[in-house]
Amino acid sequence: MLIGRAVRCATRLRGGGTALPGLVMERINPTFLSRVLAPLPHGVAVISGTNGKTTTTRLVVELLRGQGLQVLTNPSGSNFSRGVASSLLGQVDAFGRLTADIAVLELDEAHGVRFVTDVRPRHSLLLNVFRDQLDRFGEIDSTARLLHEIALRTTGTVVLNRDDERIAGIASSIDGVPVRYFGVDASLLDRFPGDDDLHGRGADRRAGDAGADVLLTAMDEHRATFEFDGRRHTVDLRLSGSYNQLNAAAALAFVRAVLGDEVDEQALLRTLSDVTPAFGRGEVITVGGRPIELILVKNPAGFRLALESFDPAGCATVIAINDHANDSRDVSWLWDVEFDRLRRAGVEMVTGIRAAEMDLRLRYDDIHPVHVEADPRRALRAILSSGSDLPVRIFCTYTAMLQLRRHLATLAHVARID
Amino acid sequence: MTAPLRLVHLYPREMNIYGDHGNVLTLLRRLEWHGYRAEVTAVHRGDRLPPDADLLIGGGGQDSGQGLVESDLLRLGPDLTAMAADGTPMLMVCGLYQLFGHTFHTSSGRVLHGVGVLDIQTVGSPERLIGNVVAVSEEFGQVIGYENHSGRTTLGTGAAPLARVAAGMGNNGSDRTEGARYNNVIGTYLHGSLLPRNPTIADHLIATALQRRFGSANLRALDESSTGEARRVALTRPR
Ligand SMILES: [Zn+2]
Repeated sequence: MLIGRAVRCATRLRGGGTALPGLVMERINPTFLSRVLAPLPHGVAVISGTNGKTTTTRLVVELLRGQGLQVLTNPSGSNFSRGVASSLLGQVDAFGRLTADIAVLELDEAHGVRFVTDVRPRHSLLLNVFRDQLDRFGEIDSTARLLHEIALRTTGTVVLNRDDERIAGIASSIDGVPVRYFGVDASLLDRFPGDDDLHGRGADRRAGDAGADVLLTAMDEHRATFEFDGRRHTVDLRLSGSYNQLNAAAALAFVRAVLGDEVDEQALLRTLSDVTPAFGRGEVITVGGRPIELILVKNPAGFRLALESFDPAGCATVIAINDHANDSRDVSWLWDVEFDRLRRAGVEMVTGIRAAEMDLRLRYDDIHPVHVEADPRRALRAILSSGSDLPVRIFCTYTAMLQLRRHLATLAHVARID
Repeated sequence: MTAPLRLVHLYPREMNIYGDHGNVLTLLRRLEWHGYRAEVTAVHRGDRLPPDADLLIGGGGQDSGQGLVESDLLRLGPDLTAMAADGTPMLMVCGLYQLFGHTFHTSSGRVLHGVGVLDIQTVGSPERLIGNVVAVSEEFGQVIGYENHSGRTTLGTGAAPLARVAAGMGNNGSDRTEGARYNNVIGTYLHGSLLPRNPTIADHLIATALQRRFGSANLRALDESSTGEARRVALTRPR
């Protein structure tokens, strides 16, 4: 263990990345993860799906900490085995023991299978399968199969989204472990369009058949009502956006599955109302008194949900599209999003490597962006020097978000990215 | 007032992946911009083809979606074959391109039967061909798109390629052909979406449909500056 810790300190001093110590550790001791994680009293809980993993993991971690548990997690955003290994190293004592009660880990659907082969999770929470980075995975159906594999390796409880057909369908092949569900009330379903609803299917969209342990029954911008244990609880939230409210329902169901009767309900709801958005998931950075909100969009369903979630009125809308490997090399997905909702308030700026493609896309929805500026630094400068004091809302792909955040950091204090 | 041009979108529920919706949107908008009216009729499994169809569009899908529409498409086969022979313009992308051919032997060993409108055969491979594509057509110029398919398609003598691949893989990665044409039917692997990025193809389909319906097609000169810039940037992107 000491070798790994020393490596971590070394990279910290150099200010290096988060993945290196884990990589070294994997080479030194391949059974490291399973050996270290095995004795945790509440085991390993994993969260996966195409959209909302980061926010949901953050919610679950905070909710469990609010219940008095010591929680180990992988907050670095490098959500692969290696990143997990390196974040563990920081929390191992000199005897190689973990002091935590539970590990709550966000798993990338590509690397999740390898991880759960080494370390069987006690609990798993599977959120959704959307079209995402298809140039990496090839097919949505294969993503569903990977999540399926995670479910099959789970030894305790599997928590599923009952309203996502591909996720709910996983239940039929799980044997011997309990399955629980979260979901949305049928009256709210049209606020959560899926990939299959793009073409006229919305009208006959039905809620899943399974009974939900936690149901999202009502919501407005900063408040949501959740039904569980036969009662409805209305909570003020610091997270905004309908998809984050569904993530909250998922997190509540998961924490209830992990802790069972031990849950302190009042503390649970109190903690929930205090959770702040994760990095780039509705995070607000203030520059010269002007709030700038960054909203990560990475696939058609996510972009549609984000547009549905936020009122564009009274806001300068910016869209930043890159096409690096960590975004999606294929920008076809922009054509699967309807932008009608932005028509009235308009779009102030499109930026990023594929600003021109975004401009073209908007024109086919009769929206004419005021500015097209591929360079994000110049785009930010133009927006901030325009004399307007409207809040800015930037819908951005992953690497565009990193760039924007870096440029904003030179303009305002931004929390350290790690 | 004449009846609107009838666009028929085949299986939009199952075959709608990678931006193929953009092709329908592009045809609708450009028809409007050219001063015509148009309506889209979706044909789902079990539906009949509208008798007044002027232009047919179909997209790609998951393997599971392709399996679902296979037998239903065979039901429509005789009508589609007759319409194609009669000169109805059609655009079929990826999954439906494959099913407009004779057969698709998938990499998992299944044989999907197509309607044979296009003289092409497809064989699946475990390795998908994925990435940006630039191809060149004498009629349409530089064709820009994005491919993502497991099938390797070869053309028979009854089909001509849509374009020659300049960068990317195209039909099969070996003979540099991309897509297939027969009469006014165009099949292609290119998403992107194809039509907004390649307005010469969009306007060709539109003009053919208008010509057949009205005996003439009066297309306006549209402002293509955004299109030009999007194409210029697309050409600079790596595979
Ligand atoms: Zn395709």
